[in-house]
Amino acid sequence: MNAQMAGGGGDSLWFEHWHTKLFILWVFFMALVSLSVYLQMNAEMLVRRRDTLKTMCEGRARMLENQFLASMNHVRALTALFTTLHISKQIAMFNQETFSQYAESTAFERPLMSGVAYADRVLHEDRESFEMSHGWTIKEMFSKEKQQVFEEYAPATMSQDTVSYLTSLDMMSGQEDRENILRARASGKGALTNPFRLLESKHLGVVFTFAVYSIHLPPDATPDERVKATAGYLGGAFDVETLVENLLHGFPGSEMIAVNVYDITNELCPLVMYGHTNVSKSENTYVSSLDFGDPQRKHEMRCRYNEDALPPWTAISTSVGIFVIGFLVGHMLHASRNRIDKVEENCRMFKELKVLADEASVAKSQFLATVSHEIRTPMNGVLGMLQMLMDTRLDATQQDYARTAQASGKALITLINEVLDQAKIESGRLELEAVPFDLCAILDDVLSLFSGKSRDEGIELAVYISEKVPSILIGDPGRFRQIIINLVGNSIKFTERGHIFVCVHLSEDMEMVMEGSDYSGDDDDYSDWEVDGPGCVPLDMKCNQFNTLSGYETADDRNSWETFELLLAQEQHSYNPDHDDHHWNFSDGNDVVNLVVSVEDTGVGIPLHVQERVFTPFMQADSSTSRTYGGTGIGLSISKCLVELMSGKMRFVSRPKIGSTFTFTAKFQQMHNSVHESMLRNTNSVLQVRLLPTCFQGMQALVVDGRPVRSEVTRHHLRRLGVQVMLILSLSQSECSAAAFHSTVGGGIDMILVDKDAWGAGTGIRFPHMLCQSASEHLRQRNKYFASSVGLSHGFIAARLPKMMLVATSMTDNEHKLARENGFTDSVVIKPLRASMLSACLQQALGVWNRRDQGRELREGSRSLHKLLSGKRVLVVDDNPVNRRVAEGALLKYGAQVECVNSGRAAIVKLKPPHNFDACFMDVQMPEMDGFEATEIIRKAEMEASECMSGGILTKYHPVRIPILAMTADVIQATQAECLLCGMDGYVAKPFEEQQLYNAVAHFFEAGYV
Amino acid sequence: MGKCDENGSGMGEAMQLAAAKQRYAEHMDSLRAEGLLDDQFSELQQLQDESSPDFVEEVVLLFIQDSGRIIKNLTESLEQKPVNFKQVDAHVHQFKGSSSSIGAQRVKAVCIKLRMCCNRQDQLGCLFALEHVTREFEVIKGKLQTMLELEKQIVALGGTPPPFTDKL
Repeated sequence: MNAQMAGGGGDSLWFEHWHTKLFILWVFFMALVSLSVYLQMNAEMLVRRRDTLKTMCEGRARMLENQFLASMNHVRALTALFTTLHISKQIAMFNQETFSQYAESTAFERPLMSGVAYADRVLHEDRESFEMSHGWTIKEMFSKEKQQVFEEYAPATMSQDTVSYLTSLDMMSGQEDRENILRARASGKGALTNPFRLLESKHLGVVFTFAVYSIHLPPDATPDERVKATAGYLGGAFDVETLVENLLHGFPGSEMIAVNVYDITNELCPLVMYGHTNVSKSENTYVSSLDFGDPQRKHEMRCRYNEDALPPWTAISTSVGIFVIGFLVGHMLHASRNRIDKVEENCRMFKELKVLADEASVAKSQFLATVSHEIRTPMNGVLGMLQMLMDTRLDATQQDYARTAQASGKALITLINEVLDQAKIESGRLELEAVPFDLCAILDDVLSLFSGKSRDEGIELAVYISEKVPSILIGDPGRFRQIIINLVGNSIKFTERGHIFVCVHLSEDMEMVMEGSDYSGDDDDYSDWEVDGPGCVPLDMKCNQFNTLSGYETADDRNSWETFELLLAQEQHSYNPDHDDHHWNFSDGNDVVNLVVSVEDTGVGIPLHVQERVFTPFMQADSSTSRTYGGTGIGLSISKCLVELMSGKMRFVSRPKIGSTFTFTAKFQQMHNSVHESMLRNTNSVLQVRLLPTCFQGMQALVVDGRPVRSEVTRHHLRRLGVQVMLILSLSQSECSAAAFHSTVGGGIDMILVDKDAWGAGTGIRFPHMLCQSASEHLRQRNKYFASSVGLSHGFIAARLPKMMLVATSMTDNEHKLARENGFTDSVVIKPLRASMLSACLQQALGVWNRRDQGRELREGSRSLHKLLSGKRVLVVDDNPVNRRVAEGALLKYGAQVECVNSGRAAIVKLKPPHNFDACFMDVQMPEMDGFEATEIIRKAEMEASECMSGGILTKYHPVRIPILAMTADVIQATQAECLLCGMDGYVAKPFEEQQLYNAVAHFFEAGYV
Repeated sequence: MGKCDENGSGMGEAMQLAAAKQRYAEHMDSLRAEGLLDDQFSELQQLQDESSPDFVEEVVLLFIQDSGRIIKNLTESLEQKPVNFKQVDAHVHQFKGSSSSIGAQRVKAVCIKLRMCCNRQDQLGCLFALEHVTREFEVIKGKLQTMLELEKQIVALGGTPPPFTDKL
């Protein structure tokens, strides 16, 4: 076991390992997948970001460039205008006023320029005249002081209003401006300065300068020529910082990126032209080159995002999502796999446990079977010996001891049987048979079992079976009997006075009545000819408070007269007695018979608090119950199970101190209509109960009883014997009994049955006396042909009257005497009533002996059999010693000489021709060699022998074919066919039955086989 | 159970014989009432005559002896593993035959049940049924032994037992 467990553990560990490994691998894989997804998405995002940056940067650069160039071009155009004016000597047209006006009105053409100014070229020799003409001196640019002496000057003469502060300042005094001016006039093209802080505004900016020539220069003019021809300079300031910023701010997303413009003429030291922050060249920066129209200068724009790239949330969430999903899927699979393993493991364990439990259950049952057997065997010995002991001469005390011992032993046996039944029910092994049985016979049997007890205690025990219940049912008679015995036994145990009443009805009828069916047939219809005149008052009402069987109150009033009457009416209503006895008309048309059986007692009842666990095994009302009444309390539970197996239900109504009524329903099959009852009784060995004698058919009886229920019971039993019954339920001194008397004398009543307690304790005994009196009185009044018998003696009346019978539960000696004195000379019928017992008593009283005829027939039959078999030599072949002996005995009785062998082989030896047997009875089923086989061999041997004989001696033919009759227990068609097929001549049923044996044998011996 | 008065007037032998006969009759009655024996047994009794005075006793003893053997065989067969149901069936058949011969109808009925279990190869069912068969057999065995005992008493008192009939 341990090893197995360990193995199992290792297995599961391995399984777990395997899953876990796979799971971990899966998680790794998913991690990789999500990582790669992340990287790819991130890379894509970066590329997109860079592209965006590039687009934005290029856009800005081109726009800036365009605007720059536009501004420059306009300045160039202005330069061209000035040059033209100089050439045509009309420069004087422009003065400060007109220039500023013009410049102002064309300022939109120079979007990036803060202003333009014109400076004249003034040589030193011209300085004075110049200063004179303008009225101001040439000033130094920064100090705004009078300019020192230089070779030449470039004082601004005209300026736009925005840069009006430039007027009179020498442009060549600034380093950048000077270089610019020199470069511009030498090249004849525009020149840009380095970025520097502009005057006044101190903003970063560049200055753009064009030279204005006074003569028309050819394009290939040398720089010297250009310098000589220079008349002045036109310059514009780009206030890059302000204007570019304005320009760039117009772009969408300008806050996202930082833009710087550099002058990179000197590559090593780029100069910032625009930009608040220093944008170093890095991978995050996009650089786009700018061409501002000055080939000597190079510019570029550097852009970068203001903020670092946000963490790639989309990529992160996507990849994390993928990972989580993957992880969950993996985990799910892993967990479910684990669960499956666990479930499988559990399943395996449960299977093992189940096997163990089954084994234990089987062992328990086996143990119970064995133990109960082991107990029963010695107990049977004990009981048998006790029985024998009781049959010897014992004094009263000894007898009592022995009886007690026997009762205890029987109780023990019953207990064992019950425990065994319970075990069977629990293991589901209890199966019901389905065989035909006689319901009445079973109930009669049960009653007779309890008759002793009931008589001793003076309890009335009665059975009533509705006429509509078929007499033969198919079911399990043994179990039905067990239920009834349990219920009645229980009732007997707890009942001290009153009655126990077993009642069987069809459930359809019961339902209809219980539903309060509105049947309203008149009462006269149903009873045969009930005398129940209005003037008849019950003689004694003391015990009649409750109209039940014995007058005691019952728990359930279903068997009280009120209900009972309805039931009877209901039954009578739908039951047509004209029909053949064995054809019942069922409304539903199928063969199922639904019975309602009730067992009613007037015992102590079941205490309310235990009523709900009445059907629990081993449960009794309380522990004192078992002390007082004995028993195990298992019977009811078994009965309930049995009832449920019969697809019925058991319930009960119980009122403490009043009584209990147990009711159950049960389903049985009905015999098919075509099978006649008598056939069943003859052929089927299960139905061993003989048909009741028929010699009472057509007789008429008068039942005198004050209690309707009881009288119905009596009528029921009499009717089973074929006796027609008239009831007298009440006795009035005049009318009723007179009518009764009249009908008895005039109308052929055969018997009068009077209940001992017809109208109260013992009143029934006096009935004949009263009858006699009333009759004579009646006759005297009518003065009819019995007029002479006014003083009729009791004896005379008794002689003329039908047989008088007293029905009683128990009789004391005194009562016997009293009864006899009162005219009950014929018989006393002791209850409980049973058909067979009743018929015996009637036979005794009436002197009719049904059996006698049968006996004569039997004797005649055996005589003819004797004639046939006398002196014949018969071989009996049977392996069963009992059967062999019985067959031998039977055949011996008919005068045959019998020899027995116990096997087919022995028979073959015996019947090897020549032999002197006249017939052979062969058992069919035998070990080693069965009857058929043996017969075939015997027949073969006979064939050979006869061939041999006919070949040798032709003179005398001897019948060598011996009749072989099969003996078989199951007489079915197939067996018969088989018998004939293998060379047998017929069959007889085991055990031997005279008529059949005769039929079978006569066929051979009468046909002249001898 | 008609109240058939048999008021023996004299005491002594006759009285005792009557009492024994009464007991015998009651015993046979109970056999009948409890469905232990059927008509076949009365047939057996009818077979007993002057030529074979002990026929019933002989058959009964044979039955008891033989059945004891069969039950032993059956028990052994059912204890084998695996159970040889064919063998069990053969035994049951025998038992059924002999019980039916003697008219022990209840034994026969449970034999049929045992056989059905056997056909179904239901070992536990067989065990239960065998137990039942044994129980019924023990009952009938006890009753039959008592019967023989009572018969002997009657014979010892100089009478012959009345024939067993299905009548009361």
